[in-house]
Amino acid sequence: MIINNVKSKLSNQMQFFRRKTFSHGVHPPGHKDDTNIKSIRRMAFAPKMIVPLAQHFGAPAAPIVYAGQNVVRGEPIAKANGFMSVPHHAPATGTIDSIELMSTARGPKTESIILKVTPGASQNVLYGIPHNIDDLTQEEIINAIQDTGVIGLGGAGFPSHAKLTVPKEHKVDTVLVNGCECEPYLTNDHRIMLERIDELITGIRIVLKALGAEQAIIGIEDNKLDAVKAIQEKLPPQGPISIKVLKTKYPQGAEKMLIKSVLNREVPSGNYPSSVGVGVYNVGTLSQLGTLLPQRQGLIERVVTITGPGVKKPGNYMIALGTPLRFVMKQVGYTGSVRHLILGGPMMGTSVASLDVPITKTVSAVLVLTKEEEAEQVPEKIYPCIKCGACVKACPVHLNPTQLVLLASKRRYEDMQEKFHLNDCFECGCCSYVCPAGIPLVQYFRIAKAINREKNLS
Amino acid sequence: MTTVELRTSPHIRKAPSVADIMRNVVYALLPICMFAVYQFGISALALIIVVTGSCVATEHFFCWMADKPTAIGDYSAVITGLLLALTLPPGFPLWMGVIAGFIGIGLGKTLFGGIGYNVLNPALIGRAFVQAAFPATITTWTPAFAPGRFTEFIPSTLTLPFLKPPSTEEWSAQAVDGFTGATPLALQKFEGITTDTTSLFTGMITSGSIGETSAFLIIICGLYLVVRKMMEWRLPVAMLSGAFITGGILFMINPVKYPDPIFILFSGGLMLGAIFMASDMVASPVTPKGIWVYGLLMGFLTVIIRTFGGLPEGVMYAILLGNAASPLIEAATQPKIYGAKK
Repeated sequence: MIINNVKSKLSNQMQFFRRKTFSHGVHPPGHKDDTNIKSIRRMAFAPKMIVPLAQHFGAPAAPIVYAGQNVVRGEPIAKANGFMSVPHHAPATGTIDSIELMSTARGPKTESIILKVTPGASQNVLYGIPHNIDDLTQEEIINAIQDTGVIGLGGAGFPSHAKLTVPKEHKVDTVLVNGCECEPYLTNDHRIMLERIDELITGIRIVLKALGAEQAIIGIEDNKLDAVKAIQEKLPPQGPISIKVLKTKYPQGAEKMLIKSVLNREVPSGNYPSSVGVGVYNVGTLSQLGTLLPQRQGLIERVVTITGPGVKKPGNYMIALGTPLRFVMKQVGYTGSVRHLILGGPMMGTSVASLDVPITKTVSAVLVLTKEEEAEQVPEKIYPCIKCGACVKACPVHLNPTQLVLLASKRRYEDMQEKFHLNDCFECGCCSYVCPAGIPLVQYFRIAKAINREKNLS
Repeated sequence: MTTVELRTSPHIRKAPSVADIMRNVVYALLPICMFAVYQFGISALALIIVVTGSCVATEHFFCWMADKPTAIGDYSAVITGLLLALTLPPGFPLWMGVIAGFIGIGLGKTLFGGIGYNVLNPALIGRAFVQAAFPATITTWTPAFAPGRFTEFIPSTLTLPFLKPPSTEEWSAQAVDGFTGATPLALQKFEGITTDTTSLFTGMITSGSIGETSAFLIIICGLYLVVRKMMEWRLPVAMLSGAFITGGILFMINPVKYPDPIFILFSGGLMLGAIFMASDMVASPVTPKGIWVYGLLMGFLTVIIRTFGGLPEGVMYAILLGNAASPLIEAATQPKIYGAKK
């Protein structure tokens, strides 16, 4: 008895020593200290909001409002257009100005609902009918989730209800909660795990029920031990939810890497995680589900990390979806010689060309880099590949990026896919990050994939 | 805010560039060069400077011919020059050194497209050329630690271009009593005399090419690169293991005829070759399994050539053969990807 007791205690302790991880990957500097100690603050409403109809993976939503209509904060303004689609809700009380093509961070102009916010509008959400989620069936939960408009807030933008609808031949036994936040600079998930634990746990329970899964494991990198402790205190000892501490390494938070790290399962190439009985959900997504679903409200705001050497007031802000970036940056202020704005983290985020793009559901961070910072990052010269193999040792999917880039330079895009598994690359950027020759490998792969896609379509 | 830059992710990267790596390899080679000068005097110094100069000048010349920006800033030509010089005998005529450097860079590197494209190790191409062109001169050894080595050149060093170098036998015999002019490998192969491992390890007694005498120093310099994460440690380890295993098997078959594997490890150019030449990134495979296969193959070939070939030394040809086999090895050892279908 005593030995068993000691054993279980030891294994609990050991969790902190034997930190699980995947093979390969990189260790970029964290830069999280500027924002991870600051609580989430609410940002004021911009006078004008832009809500793109396509913010997610799948069909764009269909608008259900007309120009001149008055809407209340939280009211649906666009409905889901089919199963692979989600509705959008009014981020603030105001009047619909117009529905027109606007620029978004995704690139092409997208049809968007433009909302003129009523001056002095309240941040309280009055819309919504509370209900008891325990009374709902699996199907009702999944429908209710679609109505919230929640999508993968980690950046993938995959509609959450679609992710919960598992093909019949698969059975999900484990829900993985992604609290890794492996991207440098980002701390919004970290703050959520410290400040919104109750909502997070509710969210996990909802997903467990919707999937009929037995257990949920929260994977957290070992640079956020305070979050591990805070969540541990709120979890019942014998419940279905547990925590696994993982090594701090990029891309620990990538879905397939996380599954490998925590469960040692490998998702077969080209399949979804449900094929190995796993569903992966980001903590931000789950905390939103836990907040919105019991109230039957829609997703109208999210936590965004605004940081980088070019920001005067770095921190985590609760921002209404649709707030133009220009307004956000006016609120936080610039400092130094700003050179570069990135939506998302430095490894996978996208540069923004215009400050008129809005904050959408998938924007987890705004990173502002200065000229000085940039000078270190941009290679002074691109050398030919010297075949050092650094990319081969960094690729978490165990691809051979050296070979892929060689083929790309010869424009042999089909060979890249057929012989060297191009489509298994999820563009984490590890290869470009470590390349001493400064070759933009990921960019080559993106182009190759796009060309292959086009060829397949025609 | 004036200009905003648009770039694709990732927006950050790790520090060392190709030039950084190459510069550090030069740093790692400098102690070996200094020991060579200490051991063989100003002849070695002149040889190192001339061969390196020849390599850098050749690189610059071909870049200029091709209307390309000069590539000497990446230090790779310096490495080729230093490595090439280190594999030559101390009394090697300087004019032949110039030719070795020119051929190494010109034929071994520029012809293939410069840095990153060479199929074979340029330094060894240069050496292989002079080995074929001047077989007698390249196997003429002069003693280490000759008195007066810092004030006078070895007679053959300053041979005028395109002339046959004078014999150094008399000079060697005068400088060091009883000098036979044979390297430890030749002694072992042709006369059955095994030099003791300690002197091979420290390089304090033996003769040979100017950079290959001290295994200890080469290992230390290699470790510097491994610690800086600028060298694949598996490669030299694989090559040395290959040589050790092959040598061990032969030794077990006939301990009288074949040298013991420890001797094999520390004699000749194996240490220098394994640590600084086989590990040349460009000509070696990138796949983790391929690196082991490649290293073991080169170690195996080294011992086979040394034992059964006509020459006492086999490292150069072993590495060149390994280089040539590298694309094949790489193709056969592609990594198994995450979630590969069985």
